[in-house]
Amino acid sequence: MNRLSVHIHGWLLLLPAAVLLALFTHYPAAATLYHSFFSNARKGHPSAWVGLDNYRVMMDDPVFWQSLANNLWFALGTIPLSIALAILMAVWVNGRIRGKTLLRIAFFTPTVLPMIAVANIWLFFYTPQYGLLEQLTGLLGLPSHNWLGSRDTALACLIVVTIWKEAGFFMIFYLAALQSMAPNLAEAAAIEGASRWYFFRRVTFPLLMPTTLFVLVNAVINSFRLVDHIVVMTRGGPDNATSLLLYYIYDVGFKFWDLAYASALTMALLVILGLLAFGQYLFLEKRTHYQ
Amino acid sequence: MNAPYQHDRFTHALETLGAWVLALLWVAPLVYAFWTAFHPPEFSTRFTLSAPLTLQNFVNAWNAAPFARYFANTVALVTMVLAGQLVICTLAAYAFARFAFFGRDLMFLLVLVQLMIMPDVLIVENYRTMNELGILDSIAAIGLPYMASAFGIFLLRQTFKTIPRELDEAARVEGAGALQVLWKVYVPLARPTYLAYALVSVSYHWNNFLWPIIVTNSVNSRPLTVGLQIFSSTDQGIDWSIITAATLMTSGPLLLAFLLFQRQFVQSFMRAGIR
Repeated sequence: MNRLSVHIHGWLLLLPAAVLLALFTHYPAAATLYHSFFSNARKGHPSAWVGLDNYRVMMDDPVFWQSLANNLWFALGTIPLSIALAILMAVWVNGRIRGKTLLRIAFFTPTVLPMIAVANIWLFFYTPQYGLLEQLTGLLGLPSHNWLGSRDTALACLIVVTIWKEAGFFMIFYLAALQSMAPNLAEAAAIEGASRWYFFRRVTFPLLMPTTLFVLVNAVINSFRLVDHIVVMTRGGPDNATSLLLYYIYDVGFKFWDLAYASALTMALLVILGLLAFGQYLFLEKRTHYQ
Repeated sequence: MNAPYQHDRFTHALETLGAWVLALLWVAPLVYAFWTAFHPPEFSTRFTLSAPLTLQNFVNAWNAAPFARYFANTVALVTMVLAGQLVICTLAAYAFARFAFFGRDLMFLLVLVQLMIMPDVLIVENYRTMNELGILDSIAAIGLPYMASAFGIFLLRQTFKTIPRELDEAARVEGAGALQVLWKVYVPLARPTYLAYALVSVSYHWNNFLWPIIVTNSVNSRPLTVGLQIFSSTDQGIDWSIITAATLMTSGPLLLAFLLFQRQFVQSFMRAGIR
C-alpha cells in the first residue's frame, strides 16, 4: 500500500466511530458548557445569555452541596468495603474450598442482574413493618425503624445494596490477577516460614496493586454514574439525604425541566470526572517511571 | 496460589465456613425474591414449608402491564446496539491497530475520553440532540449514544495488535483488499474477544435504565427496565408478590443465560476488564 492510501483507509475505517463519538460524546460535553451560560427558554422568552448566573445559583444551592457530600460519603462507604470483600471472595474462590464453582456463581450473580430489578427486591427487604429486615429486628426485640425513610439510615441502606451488587464484579478482576500469579512465590514464602497473613500483606497484596488501581478507578466512576437504585428506592429522599450528583441532575433536568441549571450541574460532574482522569494519568505516569 | 498454606485443618474449616456464609448472604435476597414470587401474597413474608406454590403472581404481573412489548423492545434494543457496536468498533479498531494514518494518536486519545465521560452522564445534552433529531421516544434514540463504544474499540484494538502481521501480509500478497483482510484474518482470530464483548454489552444494555427512562415516553419504545419501574411504582400499589414476580420475569432471561453459561460469563467479564 502506498502512503496516501494508508491515510485514506485509516480515516475511512474510523469515520463512522468518529462521527458518532463527536455527536454523542464530544459535542455534548462542549454543548453542556455552552448551554450552562444560558437561561431556559420559556413561553414567549427565548433562551438568553445569563453569564455565570446558573453557577451562582449552584453555589447557593444547598441541595447541590448536599448531593456532592452524599456522593463523597457514598463513594467512601462503598469503595473500600467492596474492594476488601472482592479480594476476600477472590482468594476464597481461587483457593481449595469445596464447591468453588457454586461460590463463584453466588458472588457473581448480582452483577448480571439489572440494578433496577434488584433494587425492587431490596426495597421490599427494607419495607417498614412487614419487610424482612423489620421482621428480623422484631424477632430480636429491637424497636421498629423506617430504614429508607430515615435520614440517618437511608444512605447506608443504599451503600449496602451497592456493595452487594459490585463486590462480585470486582472479584473477577482479582481472580484473574491471582490466577496469573506464579505459584512458586507462595511455596518459597512457606519454606521461609512466612505466615500466610504476612505473605498476603507483603507479597500478594502489593502484586495486586495494578488490579486494585483499575478497580478503584472503575469504582469511583461507578459511584458517580450509577443512580438507578436511588430512582427505585428513595428518589433522593428523605429530605435529600440520598440525592447523588447524577440523580440531582436527573431531578432538575427531567422533573423540573430546568435544563439550563442541569447543564451547570453536569459541568460540575464533568469537572470531577476530568480531574479523576487527570489524576489517574499522573499516577500511571509515575508508576511507569520506576518500572 | 495459597496451596502451600492449606495444611492447617482448623483454619481451612473456618475459611470454608466463612466463604459459605458469605455466599448464602449473597444469594439470600434472590432466594427471598423467589419465595415471594412463587407463593400466594399471604405467604410473602411468612416462611412455612406448608405454603402452596403458585404461578399466579407471574400471570397477574404479565396481564397487568404490556411486558410482551417491553421484552420485544429490549431484545430489539440489545440486538441493534450490539450489531452497531460490532461493526463500528471493528472498523475503528482495525484502523487504530494497523493503519498509521495522520492524527492517529490524537484520535485515539479522543476515543478514550468516552471511557471517563460516558453517555450515562451526558443525559441533558443527548436529550436535546435527540429532540432536535426528532427521534425522542424511539429505540434508536436509546441505542445511538452507545454505538461507538470506546471500550469496544480499545478491546478490539488490543486483540488485533496481537495478530501477527505476517498473516495480514500473506493475505495481501494473494490480492485481498483491506476489508477482505479484516474479514478473513482479523475477525475470525478475535472471536473470543467478540464473545466477551458481546456478553458484556448485552448485559449492560439489558440492564440500562437512566437514559432509557429519560428518552422514552411510551409503551412502543420502553425497554423492560423502564417498564418494570413504571409498573412497580404506579400501577401496582404495594402488592409485593406481583412486583417480585415481575422483577424476576424481567431479569429471568439474563439470569438463566448466566446460570447456563456462567463460566463463559465470568471469563468474558475477566477478559473485557483486563487492559
